[in-house]
Amino acid sequence: MRTLQFLLRKEFRQIFRNKSLLPMIFAMPLVQLIVMPLAADFEIKNINISIVDHDRSSYSQQLINKITASGYFVLSDFGDSFDDAFQQIESEKSDLILEIPSGFERNLVRENREKLFIAVNAINGTKANLGGAYLNQIIQQYHAEVSLDWINPIKYTSSPQIEVTSSNWFNPFMNYRFFMVPGILAFLVTMVGAYMTALNIVKEKEIGTIEQINVTPIKKYQFILGKLIPFWIIGVIIFTIGLVFVARIIYGIVPIGSIVLLYGYLGIYLIALLGVGLLISTVSDTQQQAMSIAFFVMMVFLLMSGLFTPIDSMPKWARIFAYSNPLTYFIEVMRMVVLKGSGLKDLYTHFLIMIGFAAFFNAWAIWNYRKTT
Amino acid sequence: MGQNEKQIDMKQFYIFVQKEFYHVFRDRKSLLMLFGLPIAQIMLFGFALTNEIKDSKIVVVDYANDPISREIIQKLAASDQFQLQSSLMSHRAIESAFKKGTVNLALVFPGNFSTDLLAHNYAQIQIIADASDPNKANALTSYVNAIVADYQQQRINEARLPFQIIPEIRMLYNPELKGATNFVPGVMALVLVLICVLMTSISIVREKEMGTMEILLVSPFNPFLVIISKAIPYFVLSLVNLTVILILAVFLMEMPFEGSLLLFYVESSILIIAALSLGLLISNSTDSQQTAMLLSLMGMMIPTMLLTGFMFPIENMPLPLQLISNLIPSKWYYIIVKSIMIKGLGFSAIWKETLILVGMTAIFLFVSFKKFKIRLA
Repeated sequence: MRTLQFLLRKEFRQIFRNKSLLPMIFAMPLVQLIVMPLAADFEIKNINISIVDHDRSSYSQQLINKITASGYFVLSDFGDSFDDAFQQIESEKSDLILEIPSGFERNLVRENREKLFIAVNAINGTKANLGGAYLNQIIQQYHAEVSLDWINPIKYTSSPQIEVTSSNWFNPFMNYRFFMVPGILAFLVTMVGAYMTALNIVKEKEIGTIEQINVTPIKKYQFILGKLIPFWIIGVIIFTIGLVFVARIIYGIVPIGSIVLLYGYLGIYLIALLGVGLLISTVSDTQQQAMSIAFFVMMVFLLMSGLFTPIDSMPKWARIFAYSNPLTYFIEVMRMVVLKGSGLKDLYTHFLIMIGFAAFFNAWAIWNYRKTT
Repeated sequence: MGQNEKQIDMKQFYIFVQKEFYHVFRDRKSLLMLFGLPIAQIMLFGFALTNEIKDSKIVVVDYANDPISREIIQKLAASDQFQLQSSLMSHRAIESAFKKGTVNLALVFPGNFSTDLLAHNYAQIQIIADASDPNKANALTSYVNAIVADYQQQRINEARLPFQIIPEIRMLYNPELKGATNFVPGVMALVLVLICVLMTSISIVREKEMGTMEILLVSPFNPFLVIISKAIPYFVLSLVNLTVILILAVFLMEMPFEGSLLLFYVESSILIIAALSLGLLISNSTDSQQTAMLLSLMGMMIPTMLLTGFMFPIENMPLPLQLISNLIPSKWYYIIVKSIMIKGLGFSAIWKETLILVGMTAIFLFVSFKKFKIRLA
């Protein structure tokens, strides 16, 4: 016990003496937590539209008014040449072109049908799809409106109507940041925790001080505990600062569920995570190596965690992959407890799986760690 | 004599570059990561990740259980956007299913659904969405809406509208709406910045930390050449990586490459030099590998990922972030690569972006050489 105490004292001294590292451990994640949710917004709005109107009739004018009034589109360019509009697309100033053919109004009235041409910059497929769909919707609405001029409106109410009402639970204002902040906090704690542990032990290897520890009677588990406990504590502190200062004060997110549950899960998760860091440090010889491996692991963790893209949409093999990633579970638990107030009975499988991860990674790391080089 | 000295200088330089290459190639684990990372990223982005909402779990609470409600349910089950879970029979079960996270959306048919519809021509369906993920809730609600509207259209087939407007939509550049088109240029920018900034800064700081930098600096060799010879292997590696990504993108993901290959490599080299000088700048301001790493990671990687525009649309961000994004070199590179690769545009279309990138590179280079200290404290 006394040995461990001395080791811990040494570690904390080393961490707190490093004046350039300390602000980075604490300040950087918080800055990220403030900035990232602002940037991570998938909602598609402000689609820039170029309209090429060859008709210039009152009908085409009505349609254009309807589009610009919808709130989804910003008219970036209006003219009568498709080539000019296309140049706007090439220079990314506009996202889609609506071309109204000449004789639009006349053909509608006379022949009862007319085409409209829409060209979408589809490099970003999701955005293109949504932009096209919105525009289509507006055209259909416009269509229904002008139709009313022509047919007896009574006919409408006599056809059967199904009204769909929808209510949004847990996040009635549909605030995307409520969804992102807990997840990003989970990721930042992960990143700092894994890097710090991975690099710390390797640093002793690279500088050679690990030899000095190896020749002392310190036991393997004491050494490892001495390395893990400080980072566990730092992880909890970062999490607390993020939860209280950033999530609560800046974004106004108050966890609905139990704080104890959240911290309980964090505790187990950090053990699992530090095990990963430890494992990385046992397989690398230099800090550069440890960093590249940690970076690789973190990148895969991040992309496969469902933080930015939904896991349900992944193909099956990728879903299996995603569910063997501890970060996935932590992000899920964060979102469930903070936003939905899920309780222990909803989460006990999550707990069991995380305990499994913790045991697995740490056992592997300890087994891999050798006192001799 | 002067001629001779120059020759010796060149030879020394050559030997130094060789030394750095040895450093890089001997570290097999790092090397593996350097090449593995871009490949893994391309694979994940290409085959695993998508923003689309598919296969979401929805559940139906059918109090009506009549032919019409069943018909609508069947229509929903046939759509591949959802996975219809076994029906719940009570409202209360919805909340607990949401809390467990097993269901994303519930659809409630009231008990008198078809009687209302047949007698009053009006009936209601209620959607309850788990909006803790607002994106998903939104998308699912509109899918269900569309399916119900479709069904309704079927029923009122006789009430034909008098004329038709047919929108013809053309998807430019990416008719199949593949995600790859958007992210491949982004991954390129990300990988170049990663390798150059991170690896250069660390390999220089490493020599400082180990004390070997002192030895290099007291040698008669020009200290600037020491630094340049450190950068060269990463420059070469980045180009190799870029080529690997390009080959994967074109042959595996069937991405187009419309523009000039030469222009593409020239523009990439500019970004690489910008990133290398940033790495140098970071290495000047610290002597510990850990700090250098955290600085380049937190200060460079995350902004690059977020503000380049390939993951999140920049025009949605608050104005200050939009302004900051202009300072990120990879944002300009991303625009350039998209223009060359996908749109097939020539230099005349991207000279402005190129100019900005060159300007940034010049500033970074100038500052980092200015700040480079020949004497270690």
